[in-house]
Amino acid sequence: MTKITVTVDGASYTDDVEPRMLLVHYLRERLGKTGTVVGCDTSNCGACTVHLDGHSVKSCNVLAVQVDGGEVTTIEGLAHDGELHPMQSAFHECHALQCGFCTPGMIMQAIDVLNDNPKPTEKQIREGLEGNLCRCTGYHNIVRAVQTASGQESLPAAIEESA
Amino acid sequence: MTVTEEAAAPQIGQERRRKEDQRLITGRTRWTDNIVLNGMLHLAMVRSPYAHARITNIETAEAKAMPNVVTVLTGADVAEEQGSLPNAWPITEDQKAPPHPSIAVDRVAFAGEIVAVVVARTAAEARDAADLVDVDYEELPPALDLKEAAEDKTLAHPDLGTNKSAFWQFDSADAGTGGSVDEAIEAARRDGILIEREYRQQRLIPAFMEPRSVVCDPTGEQLTVWSATQVPHFVRFFIAVVLGVPESKVRVIAPDVGGGFGGKLQFTPEEAITVVVARRLGKPCKYTETRSESLMSGHHGRDQWQRLTLAATKDGTVTGLKVDLLADMGAYLGLVTSGIPILGAFMFNGIYKFPAYQFNCTNVFTNKTWTDAYRGAGRPEATYAIERMMTELAAEVGVDPLEIRERNWIKHEEFPFSTVAGLEYDTGNYEAATEKAKRLFGYDELRAEQQRRRDAKDPVQLGIGVSTFTEMCGLAPSRVLGSLRYAAGGWEHASVRMLATGKVEVVTGASAHGQGHETAFSQIVADRLGVPFEDVEVLHGDTQIAHKGLDTYGSRSLTVGGEALVKAADKVVEKAKPIAAHLLEASVDDIEFRQGRFGVRGTDKGLGIAEIALATFAAHDFPEGVEPTLDSDATYDPVNFSFPHGTHLCAMEIDTETGGVTMRKYVCVDDVGTVINPLIVAGQVHGGLVQGIAQALWEEAVYDDSGTLVSASFVDYLVPTAADTISYGVSHTTTPSITNTLGTKGVGEAGTIASTPAVVNAVVDALRPFGVIDVRMPCTPERIYKAIHARDGADTGGAPTVGAAGPHFDEADTADRTAGNDSTDQNGSSL
Amino acid sequence: MIPAQFEYVAPTTLEDALQALSEAGDAKIIAGGQSLLPVLRMRLNAPEVVIDLGRIESLRGVRDDGDAIVIGAMTRHADVLTDPLVRENAFVITKAVEVLADPQVRHRGTFGGALAHADPAGDLGAPALALDAEFVVAGQGGTRTVAAEDFFVDLFTTALEDTEILTEVRIPKRAGWGAHYEKFVRVAHQWPIVAVAAAVRVEGGTIAEARVGLTNMGSTPLRARAVEQALVGQPATDEAVRAAAASAAEGTNPPSDLNGDADYRRHLATVLTRRAVLAAAGA
Repeated sequence: MTKITVTVDGASYTDDVEPRMLLVHYLRERLGKTGTVVGCDTSNCGACTVHLDGHSVKSCNVLAVQVDGGEVTTIEGLAHDGELHPMQSAFHECHALQCGFCTPGMIMQAIDVLNDNPKPTEKQIREGLEGNLCRCTGYHNIVRAVQTASGQESLPAAIEESA
Repeated sequence: MTVTEEAAAPQIGQERRRKEDQRLITGRTRWTDNIVLNGMLHLAMVRSPYAHARITNIETAEAKAMPNVVTVLTGADVAEEQGSLPNAWPITEDQKAPPHPSIAVDRVAFAGEIVAVVVARTAAEARDAADLVDVDYEELPPALDLKEAAEDKTLAHPDLGTNKSAFWQFDSADAGTGGSVDEAIEAARRDGILIEREYRQQRLIPAFMEPRSVVCDPTGEQLTVWSATQVPHFVRFFIAVVLGVPESKVRVIAPDVGGGFGGKLQFTPEEAITVVVARRLGKPCKYTETRSESLMSGHHGRDQWQRLTLAATKDGTVTGLKVDLLADMGAYLGLVTSGIPILGAFMFNGIYKFPAYQFNCTNVFTNKTWTDAYRGAGRPEATYAIERMMTELAAEVGVDPLEIRERNWIKHEEFPFSTVAGLEYDTGNYEAATEKAKRLFGYDELRAEQQRRRDAKDPVQLGIGVSTFTEMCGLAPSRVLGSLRYAAGGWEHASVRMLATGKVEVVTGASAHGQGHETAFSQIVADRLGVPFEDVEVLHGDTQIAHKGLDTYGSRSLTVGGEALVKAADKVVEKAKPIAAHLLEASVDDIEFRQGRFGVRGTDKGLGIAEIALATFAAHDFPEGVEPTLDSDATYDPVNFSFPHGTHLCAMEIDTETGGVTMRKYVCVDDVGTVINPLIVAGQVHGGLVQGIAQALWEEAVYDDSGTLVSASFVDYLVPTAADTISYGVSHTTTPSITNTLGTKGVGEAGTIASTPAVVNAVVDALRPFGVIDVRMPCTPERIYKAIHARDGADTGGAPTVGAAGPHFDEADTADRTAGNDSTDQNGSSL
Repeated sequence: MIPAQFEYVAPTTLEDALQALSEAGDAKIIAGGQSLLPVLRMRLNAPEVVIDLGRIESLRGVRDDGDAIVIGAMTRHADVLTDPLVRENAFVITKAVEVLADPQVRHRGTFGGALAHADPAGDLGAPALALDAEFVVAGQGGTRTVAAEDFFVDLFTTALEDTEILTEVRIPKRAGWGAHYEKFVRVAHQWPIVAVAAAVRVEGGTIAEARVGLTNMGSTPLRARAVEQALVGQPATDEAVRAAAASAAEGTNPPSDLNGDADYRRHLATVLTRRAVLAAAGA
């Protein structure tokens, strides 16, 4: 067991953990942060994406012990006083989620994309999300959500019926 | 109550944002794997690394001695109580199937099959111990290649004596729905056009994002099971039937479920094992699969060889279609494995008027993961086949692929139309959808660009693909399912409960896992009862709350479940009328219900539905002999399938130097009948498109020569990302269905069904000047490159003449131009 | 899945790390962990001890060292990507890192870790080789320098001894060179099927010097020397570069897998080499 102290979503935690414990399991099983999920074992899917010291990482691909002294933000730490983060609102507004399983990771990565580049092009958005798999939405509305959250004009979800 | 005369805007047709989203975007979710119970034990599976082997010994002592390991169970330990997993669709009376134990007892039939289960206090300790279970196998030869298996060269289950599970035929002459296909073929051979092709539907994996998970709590009076399933009602039924637990003692909950796409339409070995272990130990147990386990042992989809013969007159009027399928069952028959190809039997004629049709299907066992439902289930295969064939016919006749379709499709004034496959299409307008799609796509301009690139010998060629599809949705009329030997019905159940405060609880037997039922069903009920959208709460996915239901698959939830909901809501109104009449001191005949208000005809007197609900709750002042309740149930059995259709147009750029493919543009105009929520419909189409496009370009479950799944992680099973896909042009035409009151047709599978042939038609269209008439799916850059350069030096004239005068399925004639076959021929595996 | 149990040490100095490494029987070094952790999770490897270099600050960062730049082994990809020294003097590395894996992996993975992992499909080997990088390796007896072409020995095998740690990579400056990394994949999150790293110095429309490295064309990254030689003195035109690139697959031994057989990869190498060189030359 190794003792670690980690700040997660603004609160500090100190725990003894097995060195082999993945950050995502620490978040889910020790802290009850079950909003962050595990979707694969090869770090392809990105469902477990959180922010570590301000940058997106795949929490299934980080050991909890490596995060000692670090600061983690999860999907559960985005909304404040009931006010959604603009990216959360945009996902809702643009119907950028269906089953919702990839959504926490997708939102965390989308925020990281805008942190790096506040006005990305469609191509830059798509490339910025290439580490996150979604099986429901076909990504179309996810791209719209990121465009919307960045304050840019977004594509339509569908082409309006002509009269 | 204030009675407003302003009509509330109808909810149906509004882009309501989803009610489901709040918990999903904030991480306030309840996935099965989140569930933790006191004293809960964790399961890890020991799985066979061999495709086919006899189990000669299992040594568990070392694993049992590990810290915090509770027990290790083998198939022999649970042979009595585990029963055999169900197949609910024996397609023929003499269908052959091996027993299907959850834990293999003496023989394994695919790599990934469970041979033992380890139970420990933590998941990590269970996994550690599972690695120490020592299993001795005696390898048996595996049946892997579908065609070879069909010849019984190697037996997947030696005891069966054959790999053929069943043969199923539909013949229009026998059924009285059309003429003789053999006569049509003979006539075409003499004096017409005969197109003969063989297409491969590769093996796919549903790859839902949430790995499956199951928790069983045996500590209460009832067994409570949480499962990441599409079908909680099925799971409850089969826990009762397979494991011998009284159905009334089983409660199954599908909490938040992270996608399914047919992949969670199953009663799984893992569910059965978790229940067996929990009951034995009297402790709550959990099993959550890894992604590798999911890809390896969750059921797969598709996997067919399709031999197709299309007969036509010289002007391109189709006279008959003959279909010969080999369908790979894999090692076992799951819930509806055997019926999946049969779901396509009625769809190979697509939107066309064919005078003769024959469908033959042989279901074959191999030593691979079993196949079963995957989005579209049978219908994508059929649509792919016919939409590829119609394009080939157009090439043969030398006309635009849309023109050949128009020559053969059902005209809008011909509805309702009885098809050669025996279905009655109620409504549709293929002309309108096609016209709109062409306009939005810029069809003529892209054709002109294609010609320019061809003329200039541009290294990047442009291909345009067409798919004018229909599908049968709304599974299904129970009498039809019965006639097809399916074990269950196709009805759906709904309840509407009026609460004292005026809020409405809606209970549906459908079980959503991303479809947005909570929102769409709220819109329907809000309109029907005249209550605010926000006041409707949709409950589902728990057999104790939604006690009756047939769950979610086959684009049925809205067309069948939505209709049940309408009927239940209408009953609420009917129940409320005598109560309103009593309270308003009027005759029932004078009560009219409009937008949530029961009024007395000819007066301004009236009461809102919430007031009636409160009066019913109190029941102080109530008419004689009337039950004090408004709550109503309805069970709806559809009278027919629904038939969404659409025209999909796809432009692909092919880098002829590398074989690389880039999608340039995709436009689809779908007619899904009445749209309840345009935003949700668009989302379903987008997601469906990408799954269909992924079959065309990227995804394939590949086994090596020893029967090991090579694509057993997302490193090799290529699910596309945002960076691999584009934004889509999605639009609609609407001809409401006339088989249900809402006019809906279903949309869950449309995109997946239509897009695969659109993409491959575009790829082949780009390559046709190089003499290419097919590229096997997935159309990899390597296959495309090799197809282009298979005939280097040959002139890039027209397409080679094939088939018309040739012998039936001369391999030499078709195989050499079918990119993808080359690699198969070299190494003998189904790459 | 969960890795098998291991002991974990996180030394704060290189000396302590070397000490731990020499004492451990079966140890794995974790740098960014982006390749190691999936391997541990799939239980394809189960070391007794994992030594984390993440707390050793001296291994991090990019510095100017006269005629070379030095990239610390523990410098994260994301930091290499935005580093002005790298962009100015070893632009092909910037171009390769830009398309390496995905943003999350680039935030965590390290320059030295990726090179020491020596996956022939890794994106950094070919640029490092093409630029004649030198690998600075520390052991308990001191440090030594290994030339790039000696560093990559085989599939997942480098010249590093079991008791050695890669500390930094020195890359001779090539300011003013054009560069491009042309990567061919089927889906974005895939390892490259083939990729080509090209760096060229163009003088008055003529290629004066050229460096070309190949990714996933053998069991190690490879240098396309025949192409390099053929390019020198040629105009930066499609025709000339095409002719030179035709020999890109010479001496390669590419794998065959689901994404393509060896012949197809050899063909790809020639096309991608032409494109990489032309892009690098700004043509």
